[in-house]
Amino acid sequence: MISEYFPVLLFLAVAAVIGIALLVLGNVLGPKKAVAEKLAPYECGFEAFEDARMRFDVRYYLVAILFILFDLEVAFLIPWAVVFEDVGLPALVAMGIFLLILTVGFIYEWKKGALEWE
Amino acid sequence: MTEFNTRDLVTILPELVFLGSIGAILIVDLFIKPSQRIVTHVLSILALAVTAGFVWSAAPAERVTAFGGMFVVDMIATTLKLAVLLTTALALVYGRHYMQERKLLVGEFYLLILFATLGMLLLVSAGNLVTAYLGLELLALSSYALVALNRDSAIAAEAAIKYFVLGALASGMLLYGMSMVYGATGTLDLARIVAATPDVQHPNLLAVGVVFIVVGVAFKLGAVPFHMWLPDVYHGAPTAVTTFIGSAPKLAAFGLAYRLLEDGLGGMSPHWSQMLAILAVLSLAVGNLFAIAQTNLKRMLAYSTISHVGFLLLGFVGATPAGYAAAMFYAVAYALTAVVAFGMIALLARAGFEADEIDDFKGLNQRSPWYAAVMATIMFSLAGVPPLFGFFAKLLVLKSAVDAGYLWLAIVAIVFAIVGLFYYLRVVKVMYFDDAIEGGTLVLPADRPLRWVLSVNGIALLGLGFASGPLFAWCNRAFGL
Amino acid sequence: MTISKTLLLVIVLAPLFGAVLAGLFGRQIGRVGAHTVTIGGVALSCALSFVVLYQLVWGGAATFNENVYTWFEIGRYSAHVGFLIDKLTAMMMVVVTFVSLLVHLYTIGYMHEDDGYQRFFSYISLFTFSMLMLVMGNNFLQLFFGWEAVGLVSYLLIGFWFKRPTAIFANMKAFLVNRVGDFGFLLGIAGVLLWFGGSLDYATVFAYAQDPSNEMGARTVELIAGHPWHVATIVGICLFIGAMGKSAQVPLHIWLPDSMEGPTPISALIHAATMVTAGIFMVARMSPIFELSDTALSFILIIGATGALFTGLIGVVQNDIKRVVAYSTLSQLGYMTVALGASAYAAGVFHLMTHAFFKALLFLGAGSVIIAMHHEQDMRHMGGLRKYMPITWITMWIGSLALAGAPGFAGFFSKDAIIEAVGESHRFGSGYAYACVLIGVFVTALYTFRSLYMTFHGKERFVVDAHDAHGHGHDDAHHDDHGHHEPGHLAHAPHESPWVVTVPLMLLAIPSIVIGFLTIGPMLFGSYFDGVIFVREANDVLGELGRNFHGAGGMILHGLQTAPFWLALAGFAVATYIWLFNPSIAAWFAKTFRPLQTLLMNKYYADDVSQAVFSKGGIALGRGLWKAGDVAVIDGAIVNGSAGLVARLAGAVRRLQSGYLYHYAFAMILGLILLLGGLWWGVTRMAA
Repeated sequence: MISEYFPVLLFLAVAAVIGIALLVLGNVLGPKKAVAEKLAPYECGFEAFEDARMRFDVRYYLVAILFILFDLEVAFLIPWAVVFEDVGLPALVAMGIFLLILTVGFIYEWKKGALEWE
Repeated sequence: MTEFNTRDLVTILPELVFLGSIGAILIVDLFIKPSQRIVTHVLSILALAVTAGFVWSAAPAERVTAFGGMFVVDMIATTLKLAVLLTTALALVYGRHYMQERKLLVGEFYLLILFATLGMLLLVSAGNLVTAYLGLELLALSSYALVALNRDSAIAAEAAIKYFVLGALASGMLLYGMSMVYGATGTLDLARIVAATPDVQHPNLLAVGVVFIVVGVAFKLGAVPFHMWLPDVYHGAPTAVTTFIGSAPKLAAFGLAYRLLEDGLGGMSPHWSQMLAILAVLSLAVGNLFAIAQTNLKRMLAYSTISHVGFLLLGFVGATPAGYAAAMFYAVAYALTAVVAFGMIALLARAGFEADEIDDFKGLNQRSPWYAAVMATIMFSLAGVPPLFGFFAKLLVLKSAVDAGYLWLAIVAIVFAIVGLFYYLRVVKVMYFDDAIEGGTLVLPADRPLRWVLSVNGIALLGLGFASGPLFAWCNRAFGL
Repeated sequence: MTISKTLLLVIVLAPLFGAVLAGLFGRQIGRVGAHTVTIGGVALSCALSFVVLYQLVWGGAATFNENVYTWFEIGRYSAHVGFLIDKLTAMMMVVVTFVSLLVHLYTIGYMHEDDGYQRFFSYISLFTFSMLMLVMGNNFLQLFFGWEAVGLVSYLLIGFWFKRPTAIFANMKAFLVNRVGDFGFLLGIAGVLLWFGGSLDYATVFAYAQDPSNEMGARTVELIAGHPWHVATIVGICLFIGAMGKSAQVPLHIWLPDSMEGPTPISALIHAATMVTAGIFMVARMSPIFELSDTALSFILIIGATGALFTGLIGVVQNDIKRVVAYSTLSQLGYMTVALGASAYAAGVFHLMTHAFFKALLFLGAGSVIIAMHHEQDMRHMGGLRKYMPITWITMWIGSLALAGAPGFAGFFSKDAIIEAVGESHRFGSGYAYACVLIGVFVTALYTFRSLYMTFHGKERFVVDAHDAHGHGHDDAHHDDHGHHEPGHLAHAPHESPWVVTVPLMLLAIPSIVIGFLTIGPMLFGSYFDGVIFVREANDVLGELGRNFHGAGGMILHGLQTAPFWLALAGFAVATYIWLFNPSIAAWFAKTFRPLQTLLMNKYYADDVSQAVFSKGGIALGRGLWKAGDVAVIDGAIVNGSAGLVARLAGAVRRLQSGYLYHYAFAMILGLILLLGGLWWGVTRMAA
């Protein structure tokens, strides 16, 4: 019974060893030229510690939303592609409609200038 | 799961055509100059008309389902779709002048309304909880954005954020309810839910699910106490948007209520009819009493909407086909009256003048006897004065409530209808007996279609009163009576 | 052969179409367009009405009774628009459309300088539509619709010249008096719905009323405990009160003389030939109900007889040419009502028809005189007009002879039939009625020929002011703006009216002579009204008369030997002597019998009494109510109270609709908890 969990134990052990090894190796072998940005926990273009209610460029949201949209498109496409031979023509039509809608949306955002940063 | 086939695509052909038209309009609108927005306007109305043509000609004699029961087309759906398309087209005609005067006539005004309409078409044809939710969200998300169309207006932004947050809350409750129903019955298909209802293992779980679904539906309808968003949104949104939001979505909300409560949860009607009776009484009371205190016409009409929702619910309490038929008649009558009521405000408004205070209608009779008469007709119809359209709508739901054994509810409704007369008649009174306030000169827009269609719509309230027999017979037929 | 539904719809809708076109697009289609569409519509409907009459009488068509449109159905009760076309209806349709058509034609000449030309045509076409709806309906609801619609148009037309204060006063009066009648009428209809089988369809109600097993004649109801009343009497009297308003019966007659403020074509069409006879038509149509109650019929008989005599007497002292004709109309309506009260419905309807022709003729003739006299209506400033306007003169003579009942003319047959029918009747009040109608014959002849002589014969009592004759187009249609003319002074000599005026006169003169001779046989004593008008065996006075009837020619010969003829002759002789040869007698008479003269000049003070009782009483009542009700209840409780209520409500609204999002969300959660609580309560109660 308990022996069935042995692979898990093995996995945990290996993971711990690799994790620790990587950190140690990095620390030992890596060059250390510290600047303020490098010492910050997250490097994403913002000050890490300041008022949370700061002004935030709305373009970030725009890009994020557009990214999610086209990201999800792939999430729909892959399962469809996997079973394509089974679902046949109607599914092809349905997917065509889906992609058409997406294309129209894409044309819209392009023409409206949503893809221009400046 | 049934086989996925092309016949399904034929069944949703009207919706597909509509979607295709919206896509085309979207692209066309991108490539025209703002001064040519009339093209978008005409195309939008054309798209609505063509879709209505498809809905009409593809109307099946019997109930037809597609995609394994996800999508239902029956006479109820057909009727509601036609009414939704007509009301939306009217709202577009009434709104153009208003939006143009305020430099708000952007392509998005049309596109969002069209997408919301698509959502409504889907909603009234829902055969599955998922379809219903999908349609609802398409409608709701478009509506939130529509309310905020005037980005420079503080009250519009406030209204939009309130609408959005409360709408999200209501959607959450609805989803929660749906999940409980799914948990109790093991299916999302409305027809199977109703079949599984008599022998569910946990009837209380199902009952709690019903409560949450009723809350979601009540929010959409605007029944008390889930009505709070309504006055703020009607007031804050640009009048042209209010014209739309205040009319067609009521039809969709009726469709939602019918699909979920009767098609899906018909077996639970003893539970929800009690709840709806309570909501009806609260709506009648709050709607009519609060409306009296309003000085802003849009807010007054918002409270009037709430009271009308109370009347609409009278048709539901009996959970009989006759009651649903009366409620559907009521929804259609209300949508056609509300759209022209807000249309009147849009008509009288001009740049820098909203015309949405009741005082703005003072002495309208001296300035334009014709539109004063139209407005009076609208008010009388809303108040339910015979022989106008609204009178028959009220009469029929009252009768259905009495037949269902809710005599006390009918009496409450009549009492509040009489209270309601007070504020409708006040509008008539200021139009005919008060002098116009200084500077309130009347400049009617040169928009000929607006004036003509609005006049016809107004007179139609009288004409439809006389034609209410066939219309009601139609509604009865839709429910197999 | 059956009557086609389409045909009937065209008859009804053609005038409506004309009215809508002329009313809404009057400016666009112009004057010629307006009168073309309306006359075209009415002419079409007139022609088709004749077709319907032909089909019914000679074509052997069955009575048409069908619903054409269902307005609404509420439970067991349903409201329809439907037509009941039998011979009574067909006769009314022909009379209405024929007179209406001639009046339309006449209007071209009479109104041609009026600014409201298109409006006027629209109104009279609308009136024709409403009147047709009234007579063709097959149920009480439609009857009531037509009833109110003709009232509305009449009201609009009396006040057509809305800049004249007298016209506004007159139409207010007509409106208010008719409301009194309508109230009774509505109660009557409610009674029918309540007691006569729960339906408003004529066929159902009449079948129910006649079904012996229902014993409607004996059924009583105790409106006040301990006082059983026959339902038929209550319903009959209530319905008749409606007829009293519309058909101007004493004491609700006071609006009709004042209605002469409207343009003359209207007086002819609405206030003489058609609308005012609607009450007569209605009672005849309801004969199965009225036959159930002798009390109601006696009531009708007495009211009618009183009107027939006493309003005629007022006509003798009137000097306004239109008012004489108006009082004569009141008197003749009294005759028709007497016939109804004596159960001689056919005679009443027959008189309705003959009267429509000759009274329209007299009114239009009076209008023609008024045009010639440049809108002078006072007969004291007329005289000797016969040489200026021969056609009007001759046709007026024909009309007058018909009215006075000269043997052979239309009025002779119908009036004699009524008088003899009353003589045969044994109903309570029939003795009084018989006396009234007999004396009435003398009075009728007296005022008829008086006005004829004062207008057309004798010396000219007007002066033609030649000096400013060039300054005026003839006949300034609006006539309220010639205060610069002294009474009796004309800009230029009177002359015959144009053909659009005289042709209708001539066309009306023909039936005024022959219609009685041609139709009395079938209508009164034949089978014309079989199955339409219902008379109980015991009341059948016309059947009694019919046994002694040997053709129209025989009736003329017989008529020469009876009292009415000699009374009429006496009236004629007296009128001729006084007003043609020796006018001083009239002055002497007036001086000697001053109280009588004053009484008549003041119309028995009916106006004053009704004003004192109703208006002053109304004001007093109003003031009382104002003090008690208005100041205390309305101002105190409702107005100030409602202002307070609004303020309180506004406070409540502000608190509840605070505008804070979290309040809104909180309300939703509370609502959810409320519903869940309700559910829990319900579930536990069900379990218990």
